[in-house]
Amino acid sequence: MDSFGSILAEAFGLILALDPDLVEIVGLSLKVTLSAVAISCLIGLPLGAAVGAFRFPGRIVLTVLLNAMMGLPPVVVGLTVYLMLSASGPFGALALLYTPTAMIIAQTILVTPIAAALTRQVVEDLNREYAEQFASLGVGPLGRISALLRDARFSLLTVALAGFGRAVAEVGAVMIVGGNINHVTRVMTTTIALETSKGNLQLALALGVVLLILSLIINAAVMAVRGTAQRAAYV
Amino acid sequence: MFEAQTNTTSTDAARVPTPLLQTRSLGFEAGGQRLIDTVDVDIRTGRRTVIMGANGAGKSLLLRLLHGLIRPSAGQVLWQGRPLDRAGRYAQAMVFQRPVLLRRSVLANLSFALSARGIRGRERKRRIEIAMHQARLTALAYRPARVLSGGEQQRLAIARALACGPEILFLDEPTASLDPASIHAVEELIAQAHANGVTIVLVTHDLGQARRLGDDLIFLHGGRVVETGPAATVLDNPKSGPAKAWTEGRLFFESDPWNRSQRLGDRS
Ligand SMILES: Nc1ncnc2c1ncn2[C@@H]1O[C@H](COP(=O)(O)OP(=O)(O)OP(=O)(O)O)[C@@H](O)[C@H]1O
Ligand SMILES: [Mg+2]
Repeated sequence: MDSFGSILAEAFGLILALDPDLVEIVGLSLKVTLSAVAISCLIGLPLGAAVGAFRFPGRIVLTVLLNAMMGLPPVVVGLTVYLMLSASGPFGALALLYTPTAMIIAQTILVTPIAAALTRQVVEDLNREYAEQFASLGVGPLGRISALLRDARFSLLTVALAGFGRAVAEVGAVMIVGGNINHVTRVMTTTIALETSKGNLQLALALGVVLLILSLIINAAVMAVRGTAQRAAYV
Repeated sequence: MFEAQTNTTSTDAARVPTPLLQTRSLGFEAGGQRLIDTVDVDIRTGRRTVIMGANGAGKSLLLRLLHGLIRPSAGQVLWQGRPLDRAGRYAQAMVFQRPVLLRRSVLANLSFALSARGIRGRERKRRIEIAMHQARLTALAYRPARVLSGGEQQRLAIARALACGPEILFLDEPTASLDPASIHAVEELIAQAHANGVTIVLVTHDLGQARRLGDDLIFLHGGRVVETGPAATVLDNPKSGPAKAWTEGRLFFESDPWNRSQRLGDRS
């Protein structure tokens, strides 16, 4: 077996040569994860903000539920989505199983509770400060939600980042509903799992390195944006 | 327990139109405590009413009740003789003890408040310009509101409240922790608003300010009104124990002879 050093060297070779397989897999990974995060934020941010800003019956229950759902096991979500989308399932006719769309659905289910629960916390804290001023100015419910989301936007970047981190690193759900089909539903994590078991460590490691670098870049970008905002006292 | 002392002269009492804002046996309880206790006050149209009293006397709570931000647990607040409702609230504006500014620019803070009141387009732009000019904030229009100095923040909070065109303005210690120049600037803004017909209700700990800005004075102690009347009269010749102690710079103790005389008076 090759030494770790030479495998790593070959891995970097693949990355630098922009190996077509590698590029395809990274591209699909980003497409699936970013779509899932975007949809999750579209649902989770207003939902979390509403739970954080308004008092209504069932608010505590909803909060506990959202917090608990942050830790949904990916394989269970994968299995559930599989059952829904499989030929005999209620949405079987849509023929979505083993497509990137199925993977986006599964990841959206995983990330939405994270987006909603973290948003609730952020918005609740901000609302404590703003609530009386809003009441004094006569701001309506929609105005409150949008103002809170807007003023919390830099904290919410971190929320989106947490969702991205969860989705991009997740294997179980996308493996079950995507099936890890070459050129169709193969993403970074599922490929790493498969290629490692096949002994193709170069590609696995190359993908691992790309995954790490992507995480670093995105985290650094968010930190930079937040830092600028902090200096301008917008956080 | 004791009656509020009314320090009015007969000529004052003779010309009393319907007060802009009134409370009837107003009470507020929280945590099993009576924090506001049977308060009956009149805020007269176009006047400047000063509310004074020690820390924890209930001044901020009374302002919140008058502004309809919290629901009284007893009695009621009357706006132009009718129970205070949403429309009444829209005719009021408040500057809180700690100014609450959005995490946006000076301009955006003003524009947000006006939008909330349904004022848009050219009218909004006009009002923003006037507000920034009056509060001398034009040069700071694009600065994030939260990096402004304490005095500038206070001016912005007042300008924002006034931009909404209220009939009455509540100010909760607007000059606490400001330097003399900033205090002067804030007092000027208040005077300007008053000259434009805005009724002023001001909470302050500053005797000088109470004399400068106050027409009427309400003195609170332990959630109750212990003395009301023209500001100058009350401050020159306080009749109630707490107000007397306050103007003399003493602490007021429950063992004060005034308290005992009140209790005796109650029994007779
Ligand atoms: N929601 C509440 N629940 C319980 N107690 C409260 C509540 N709000 C205010 N209090 C209490 O009511 C009392 C009056 O509070 P308030 O803020 O009106 O005082 P204040 O006269 O404005 O004092 P200061 O001069 O320090 O601003 C205080 O003892 C305060 O702790
Ligand atoms: Mg107060």
